[in-house]
Amino acid sequence: MSTETPGASTDAPIRVLLAKPTHDCHDRGVRLVARRFRDAGFEVIFTNFLLTEEIVNTAIEEDVDVIGVSVSAGGHMPIFEDLLSGLHSNGLDDVMILGGGVIPHDDERTLKAMGVAAIFGPGTSAEDARNLIVQKFGGTVEA
Amino acid sequence: MRRKPRDADYYRQQLLQGDRVALARAISAIENERADTRAVYQAIAGHANRAHVIGVTGAPGSGKSSLVNALIQEFRARGQKLGVVAVDPSSPFSGGAILGDRIRMSDHGADPGVFIRSLAARGHLGGLSRATARVVDVMDAAGMDIIIVETVGTGQSEVEVMEIAQSVVVVCAPGLGDEIQAVKAGILEIADILVVNKADLPDAERTARQLRDAAGLASSRDDKVPIVKTTAISSEGVAELMQYLDDRFAGFDEARRSDAALERMRKIVTGAASHRLSEWLQRLDTDEFDTICNSVLRGELDIDDAAIASARLALTIESEKD
Repeated sequence: MSTETPGASTDAPIRVLLAKPTHDCHDRGVRLVARRFRDAGFEVIFTNFLLTEEIVNTAIEEDVDVIGVSVSAGGHMPIFEDLLSGLHSNGLDDVMILGGGVIPHDDERTLKAMGVAAIFGPGTSAEDARNLIVQKFGGTVEA
Repeated sequence: MRRKPRDADYYRQQLLQGDRVALARAISAIENERADTRAVYQAIAGHANRAHVIGVTGAPGSGKSSLVNALIQEFRARGQKLGVVAVDPSSPFSGGAILGDRIRMSDHGADPGVFIRSLAARGHLGGLSRATARVVDVMDAAGMDIIIVETVGTGQSEVEVMEIAQSVVVVCAPGLGDEIQAVKAGILEIADILVVNKADLPDAERTARQLRDAAGLASSRDDKVPIVKTTAISSEGVAELMQYLDDRFAGFDEARRSDAALERMRKIVTGAASHRLSEWLQRLDTDEFDTICNSVLRGELDIDDAAIASARLALTIESEKD
C-alpha cells in the first residue's frame, strides 16, 4: 500500500514547532502562522499553551528545525532565557528560535543578542518568517 | 543546513539506552531516508518485538487523541514507558501539514517516561505514513514497553494499522452514522476492541448496541470483539479498556503471533488489492469507459455489468502499462 498522491514531497520537509506560553491566550496570530507555514510545505507541530520545559521536551521529541514562540502577555524575557538554556543543555543549539507577539524593541535587541534569530511582532507578515526559514534550511518558496 | 548524519555506534550507544535526542534523530532518519537510515537499522536489529503495540483508529473527531491521553495516564501510573506515534494528514497541495494531536496529550508534555512523535502522512494513504512501521521498531528498540499508534482520522478503508499493531482499538462516537455505516466492512472489521467514546452523550448506549449487532455481522473472525464505553476526558471506562488490552497481550505467544500474522497478511493483501483497483478505476478516462457509461445511460447495460466491464478495462489498461 505505497500509494503516493501528487504533492508529496521527496525532500525532507522543514519541521517547525509553534507554541505559546501557559499564561497567554492570544493564539489567533499563531494559528494564522501555522496555516501559512503549512501552505509553504512545512510540517508544523501545533501545540497549545506550554510551560517552557514542555516546549523544550516537545522540540526534542519532534526533532524540529525551528521553534516559534509567540508571547503576547508579557514575561517573554524569562521564557526565552529558559528556552535557550533548556535547548543548550540538551545539545539543541542548532534549532532556529523565532519570537512573535508583543515584544518591546529594547527587549528584541537583548533577545537577538541571546540567540533568538528574529522577532515577528505586529505589522510583520508570516511570509517574512517563512522566507527567513527557507533561507536557512533550503527549499523553494512559491508565491 | 540540516543536521549531520550519525553512525551506527552512536545509535547503538545512545538510542538503545533510551536517549531521547537519539531516538528523535533516528525517527527523522527513517522518515526522510537520510544517509544514516541504514545506521539506525543496524543499531536496532534484534532489539525490537518486545513492546505491546496498540493501534488507535477511528473517524475524525471520535476522540482518538483524548483516549490516547487517558491511556498514557493509566500506563504511566503503572510505571510503564510509552511511545506514541500520532499521524496527521499532509496537505495534498503544499505537502505541508499541521500536526495537532499533541494538543490533546498535553498532560504528558514534560514526562520523561512518555515520548510522543507526530508524523505527517506525506501523501501515503491507508491511515499511516510510510515510515510508521519502522518508527514503531525504533521506539521498541529504545525500550518503550507500550507503543500507541494513532492513525489519521479514518474513513472506512484505512486499515493499515492492523499490519503493525497487536491490538487494534477502533474508536467510535455517538452521532457519527447509523447502523448501516457500522455493518460496512473495513475499519470495524479490523477492531480487536471497539470503543464507544464520548459515552456521556445521550446516544452512546444506542451506538454501542448498534455496534454490538454490527460487529457480529461484519466480523470475519470467530472471537467476539469486546465493546467498551469510555469517556476519555474523565477516564471513565479506560480501566476496562486497559483490562482487555492486558488480556490480549498476555495471550500472545509465539504460535499465536505467527497465526495472527498470516491472518492479518490475508487482510492486508486483499485490502491493498481493492485499494489498488479502486485507484485504477478512479483514473479511468478512456473512450471505452465513456462507451460503457453511455450504454448504462441508454438502458442497454445494467450497472452491475458495467461495473465488471469497467474493472476488467482498468485491469487491462494498468497491466499494459508495465
